[in-house]
Amino acid sequence: MKTPSDGALDRLRQVTQWPDLTGTRYELRGEVARGGMGVVYVARDRELERDVALKVIAVEAADAETAERLRREARTIARLEHPGIVPVHDVGTLPDGRVFYAMKLVSGKRLDELVGGGLPLRERVRLLLRICEPVAFAHAHGVIHRDLKPENVMVGPFGEVLVMDWGIAKHREEAPSAGAAAARPAAPDATAHGTIVGTPAYMAPEQARGDIEQVDARSDVYALGAILYFMLTGRAPGRAEASPEAPTRTWVGPRAPRVPGIQPPREAAPELPRALEAICLKALAHEREERYPGVTQLADDLGRFLEGERVSAYPEGLLGRARRLSSRHRTPILLVLAYVVMRMVLLLVARV
Amino acid sequence: MAFPETHRSVVLAVRSPDAQERARALEAVVAAYWRPVYRHVRHRWRAREEEAEDLAQGFFAAALEKGWLARYDPARGRFRSYLLACLEAYVANEKRAQHRLKRGGFAPTVPLEGTDADGEPRELQIADGTDLEAEFQREWARGLFALAVTALRARCAGTSRAVAFALFERYDLEDHDASERPRYADLAAEFSLPVTQVTNHLHWARRELRTTVLDKLREITASEEEFRAEARALLGAEPS
Repeated sequence: MKTPSDGALDRLRQVTQWPDLTGTRYELRGEVARGGMGVVYVARDRELERDVALKVIAVEAADAETAERLRREARTIARLEHPGIVPVHDVGTLPDGRVFYAMKLVSGKRLDELVGGGLPLRERVRLLLRICEPVAFAHAHGVIHRDLKPENVMVGPFGEVLVMDWGIAKHREEAPSAGAAAARPAAPDATAHGTIVGTPAYMAPEQARGDIEQVDARSDVYALGAILYFMLTGRAPGRAEASPEAPTRTWVGPRAPRVPGIQPPREAAPELPRALEAICLKALAHEREERYPGVTQLADDLGRFLEGERVSAYPEGLLGRARRLSSRHRTPILLVLAYVVMRMVLLLVARV
Repeated sequence: MAFPETHRSVVLAVRSPDAQERARALEAVVAAYWRPVYRHVRHRWRAREEEAEDLAQGFFAAALEKGWLARYDPARGRFRSYLLACLEAYVANEKRAQHRLKRGGFAPTVPLEGTDADGEPRELQIADGTDLEAEFQREWARGLFALAVTALRARCAGTSRAVAFALFERYDLEDHDASERPRYADLAAEFSLPVTQVTNHLHWARRELRTTVLDKLREITASEEEFRAEARALLGAEPS
């Protein structure tokens, strides 16, 4: 044969691993992504004449436990009907026994790719607010994501946000045995039964310790704080430099809290507003009791920041308050000042 | 992707006292490396088609005649690096010889590092990770797939599986942009088949190609472990 072109060679390498879709309504068109647990393909749904994303367990990960995890993920997503959560259309089993599910094919960029593009600060904060919405919705339905990170957030061409990869989500009513045990990390970046269960930099301390009982909505608050940190500084927060002497309590007085092991965002980006830094660090508090009690409270504070209102995470001083108010009410203040100056000038002119 | 090691078994078999085994090993090496050698000569030495073919042929003939392949010592490094170094030395000397003939005078063959008194490669080293080597490795993979596709076509020709290969050729082998790739329904209409048969045939052809590629790999691997490592590197997944 004529030797294959570069494109044809890459395709041949792929198609030799494509799953058998005999007996299903899908035809494979290409590979989108490959992770530890599964491979995501673009496929054509012949019945509904639309393209979908097909997540199939990777051959090397195909065992009963992974199959159950994929089914759980599909069921979790199916019960969370929200515009910020990609809908699942179908679950099935391939002729070789591997489980797959079909979901909406989304287009857009991953958050980590997008943030590098230099979005304005307020736009980044609005983006995080939109990420908070589906997460808060999931919490309201008893589901904790547990693997929130920039790579698991897709941003569409119109700024719409989709939170992806609910593979290790925890249901509130679940006993920490079966599914949760599968997700229990032995070490921050360790795997359980060969599957990556989280990303250390975005993982709450209780989750990193493998303290499954302690993992709740506040663990996702931590991850959202870590995502905010990433969006503000361009890098993930790290705890490598944590020392036992570092203060574990939050701050006293009008300054941002110090979180052990985490460099305050303003040290990396001094132009950041102190209130925003405080929100970020409160979400990232080491002790979950010191974080926002829920995603809604975090979102409220972010909303207040955008509106120029006082945020709960930052007990500002008199000067700070004056600065914030003057910034928030700049136009009326300028109008009043202009009026006063004009009156004084008129008064002076009248005396002369 | 890391280029799979060339396997001791084949290389060692080149010096086997058994003529049949020796011939089979040489055939395997040449089949796996002819294409990357030819392409390397064309790109690196900017040789025209015919000249590159001659040099590639000449290289393997010289390697056989002078026992370069048999002299490979795995302790000194990877076979592909050794082969590449041999090739570089061979082509450099050939080019010098051509130049000398053109000028009608004598110019000594410059012994490259690691060549012996006769100008034969002995301990040549080529640094890993160079673009040159990555290109060589990609050509190796390309050649392997080309061989496997040829074998698959031959196996299907004149049998009831001919239609499976024809579908595979249309859908997977032809260069298409994703948007231009035909749908199964288009292929079904073109080949007068139900869509489900298109799915079946395509799956069969892909599976057979995978098996053929793995068979070719197995031919040049010494152990199950090596075979698996090579398959992972080539296909990105465990062979099943």
